[in-house]
Amino acid sequence: MAKKELLKVDGLKQYFPIKGGMMGRTVNHVKAVDDISFTIYEGETVSIVGESGCGKSTTGRAILRLEEPTEGTVTFNGHELTSLSKREMRKLRKDLQIIFQDPYASINPRQTVADVLDEAMTIQKVLPAKERRKRIIELLETVGLNEYQADRYPHEFSGGQRQRIGIARALSVNPKLIICDEAVSALDVSIQAQVLNLLQELQKDFKLTYLFISHDLGVVRHISDRVIVMYLGKIVEIGDKYSIFENPKHPYTKALLSAIPVPDPTREKKHIVLTGDVPSPIDPPTGCRFHTRCPFAQEKCKVDVPELSTHASMINGHEAACHFVEEIENGTLQAEGFEEAVF
Amino acid sequence: MNSVLLEVEDLRTTFYTDDAEVKAVDGVSFVLRKGKTLGIVGESGSGKSITALSILKLLANNGKIVGGKVQFKGEDLLTYSDKKMRDIRGNAISMIFQEPMTSLNPVFTVGQQISESIMKHQNLSKKEALVKSVELLKLVGIPSPDKRVKQYPYELSGGMRQRVMIAMALACNPEILIADEPTTALDVTIQAQILRLIRDLQKRLGMSVIMITHDLGVVAETCDSVAVMYAGQVVEYSDVVTLFQQPKHPYTIGLMNSLPRHDVELEKLESIQGNVPNPKEMPLGCRFAPRCPAATDLCRREMPELMKDTEGNDIRCWIYSEKWEGEAEVIVYGEKRIAESRRTETILSD
Repeated sequence: MAKKELLKVDGLKQYFPIKGGMMGRTVNHVKAVDDISFTIYEGETVSIVGESGCGKSTTGRAILRLEEPTEGTVTFNGHELTSLSKREMRKLRKDLQIIFQDPYASINPRQTVADVLDEAMTIQKVLPAKERRKRIIELLETVGLNEYQADRYPHEFSGGQRQRIGIARALSVNPKLIICDEAVSALDVSIQAQVLNLLQELQKDFKLTYLFISHDLGVVRHISDRVIVMYLGKIVEIGDKYSIFENPKHPYTKALLSAIPVPDPTREKKHIVLTGDVPSPIDPPTGCRFHTRCPFAQEKCKVDVPELSTHASMINGHEAACHFVEEIENGTLQAEGFEEAVF
Repeated sequence: MNSVLLEVEDLRTTFYTDDAEVKAVDGVSFVLRKGKTLGIVGESGSGKSITALSILKLLANNGKIVGGKVQFKGEDLLTYSDKKMRDIRGNAISMIFQEPMTSLNPVFTVGQQISESIMKHQNLSKKEALVKSVELLKLVGIPSPDKRVKQYPYELSGGMRQRVMIAMALACNPEILIADEPTTALDVTIQAQILRLIRDLQKRLGMSVIMITHDLGVVAETCDSVAVMYAGQVVEYSDVVTLFQQPKHPYTIGLMNSLPRHDVELEKLESIQGNVPNPKEMPLGCRFAPRCPAATDLCRREMPELMKDTEGNDIRCWIYSEKWEGEAEVIVYGEKRIAESRRTETILSD
């Protein structure tokens, strides 16, 4: 079956101005997202992972034009989103929904659950008013809540239940793509598993496409088909989940995966521990943005920005943005301590 | 076997609100040995942080320790006066918190804050204390410590702030370091740095550590023994290898089965149904019974005590008692998981 492109992001940049000085002029920019491109196909789950400040949430928001992108194009189902008027964009938002991280902050506390869902359907003219109540009940049942809870207020629900309300709201307008921005990060593991399972069932039932934004690599491995790894506003590696988790090529991806504590006390506690902090996105390092923390960094890395490229040992569109993928792979380039450091 | 440094016995802490009594901690027992790390693991609201605060008697005004013992080197801290307790806190037992920004004072420099406890507990002058502060910052791996010591918390990154917190906690060479979710607010690469730092310092200084966390990965990598908490109680307490290889309590098993893993491929997560009970209306019997797939009438009727099993580990579950009559086979841990992880390994080796 030919894969159908649903969302295509091309050369996306999101710079936030920093005002300062006497006249409140723009003195500099935070380069939150700096020239990224990727495609999402219909029915798949693509995740963006990275640490705080890497630009993963900004990417999600820029796609929906919750913040106007500085540069680049976002094509959704044949429509070029960045050139649409506000009115046209609002219509299209029916197909593009988002679930936020904090279920406490993203639902109006003065609306009942039924009001929340009704409002979404009214704005998008999904159903005539008469049929909406029935649909609301249906939606609640879909996400594992009960009919009698429809007229309750958000404060009467637990965190996991509130996240279910957020999911029901996103589903109420029959979207094609849902952006899940750290949608399960605030939940405890036992509840997180419930919500992840729910998201997977819904994907099957309603043929949804997910853009899943998360910092939790366990969650990402579980839910994704393909994974994008970001560092300081750039994509450093992209590939299907087996490639990213079992055959990572970029030194950052390797370090990131290796830094996660494994819930198995008998496993040897070896980690690659990166030194230092993530540099500021206001004045990111020249060349490869990771070179300040990369144990393999060479002169070239300080000057040339690496492009995403694929190599012999990489399959299925797996690409990494590193000048020395092959040299690291065949051992001609070695770094002291990398892969060796015992925790 | 190393000597016992701290022994908590059946600790109970209750908070009194306008309309209810909340039994936040209701039956916590564990032992901390010299030089070892004890993990307290549980989800939000399980009482793990309140347990730590109770040990140091740092409870809010409406909180009261209503029962139990906290034996530190043979003496019950619960009988100590406020003044005596002040000599313990930050001295013999110190604590680091989850949010390094809110636990540091924004209007004092890093040096002033570290010096405070040094001057109090070690009778050093301001100047000497500042010199010691620089040494401590160096110890926790902060680059150019003589410059950093004059900076304010806002000038430091999250990882740096947590290092400062650790420096502060170590200022008086504590025998016990209580780390309450020390890496939860940090990114994984920074978390790895901090966990390694705590581990290194522990080895060098011979401290005992109580590691409070919700992250089973952190537990597996840092702890020697683990107390699993649910709804204010310890439900399982054993050494770390036993806990991960043969978890016994249905809650522990459920917790491990619902954990998505980055290192092995899982087909489906087994979630625990339902929600944590409201602490104002705790179930009559076992607190996990409403969510437990094996629960029987006995479980719903009577609360199980923390019992010793045949291997000397503690478990709070009727299944492992003589009273049990139900089907013990209901809960199977991990066979599927283990099979799956083997499969991943074979795919890799091909």
